[in-house]
Amino acid sequence: MAKARGFVEFNTEACKGCELCVKACPFDVLDMNHLVNGKGYHFSYMKNYDQCTGCASCAMVCPDVVITVYKVK
Amino acid sequence: MSDIETYKKELLAQGAKKIFTKTKNLTDTPFSYCGGCGHGVVHRLIMEVVEELNITHDTIGIAPVGCTAIAYEFMNIDMQQAAHGRAPALATGIKRTMPDKYVFTYQGDGDLAAIGTGETIHACNRGENIAIFFVNNGIYGMTGGQMAPTTLPGMVSSTSPYGRNMDTHGYPLSLTELVAKLPGTYYVTRQSVHTPANVRKCKKAIQTAFENQKLNKGLSFVEIVSNCNSGWKMTPVESNKWMEENMFRSYPLGDIKLPQ
Repeated sequence: MAKARGFVEFNTEACKGCELCVKACPFDVLDMNHLVNGKGYHFSYMKNYDQCTGCASCAMVCPDVVITVYKVK
Repeated sequence: MSDIETYKKELLAQGAKKIFTKTKNLTDTPFSYCGGCGHGVVHRLIMEVVEELNITHDTIGIAPVGCTAIAYEFMNIDMQQAAHGRAPALATGIKRTMPDKYVFTYQGDGDLAAIGTGETIHACNRGENIAIFFVNNGIYGMTGGQMAPTTLPGMVSSTSPYGRNMDTHGYPLSLTELVAKLPGTYYVTRQSVHTPANVRKCKKAIQTAFENQKLNKGLSFVEIVSNCNSGWKMTPVESNKWMEENMFRSYPLGDIKLPQ
């Protein structure tokens, strides 16, 4: 069976850099960016983007609802 | 164009569909909560359930005092502010005058288990047909991390710097177990929102609480054990770990009272 594929997009300006999504990702896709957003928080980004399966685990735990998930069905 | 943008274009060309985004029932105002706070997830779950049940225009939320005092800024539904601890009393009034509306209160532990204990217990005892969502982080988060009735034994807070001492401070109050004993409650459960699996379970519990209002059988009480990383003085990831190791021992997750 082919692996499910997907990607996520972040509303980086609303991200508060809590890192919960980085911890929640089962495939080690996400990491914190060394850049900061307008509020001064490091925001998360897709480091290993080709590993993403679109499982939405990151979006489930994101307290600020900044993540949008796309998935190839 | 960067690699990641090319990759996204490629997946979109293969028919990638948007499977999750912020619900329309949440306003565009960014949450005022600290980074990593469980309130944001609970707000989202309640609003998603309201959207999925298609009761956006028939739901009235009540936010009393606490970190959630300005929940009406974030929830795009009818909301009413209550005096500190008096949300169940206000919800009673709203539900009795408009019995076809869905009414919920959103309370913290300082509100529900401290100043509002009387209102909570009596609303539960009367079996008012409302839903209470109780976010328990074991501390008074908004006012600076003082000891709450739900603070764990030995837990350090700004007013118990040597840890909660049961001889002088009393024992932690578990209101959820208390109200489960009352005949007026129909559904009592304790959930958390720190992992994706727990978030999904919590959403089911919130959905059940709303659906129970149609049955007119009594009060639904959903406790959500949450973190307060600012009050506990930890990073969000650490505070979730601490919560798993300590909070869940005193406040075990699971259904406490299921509909008969």
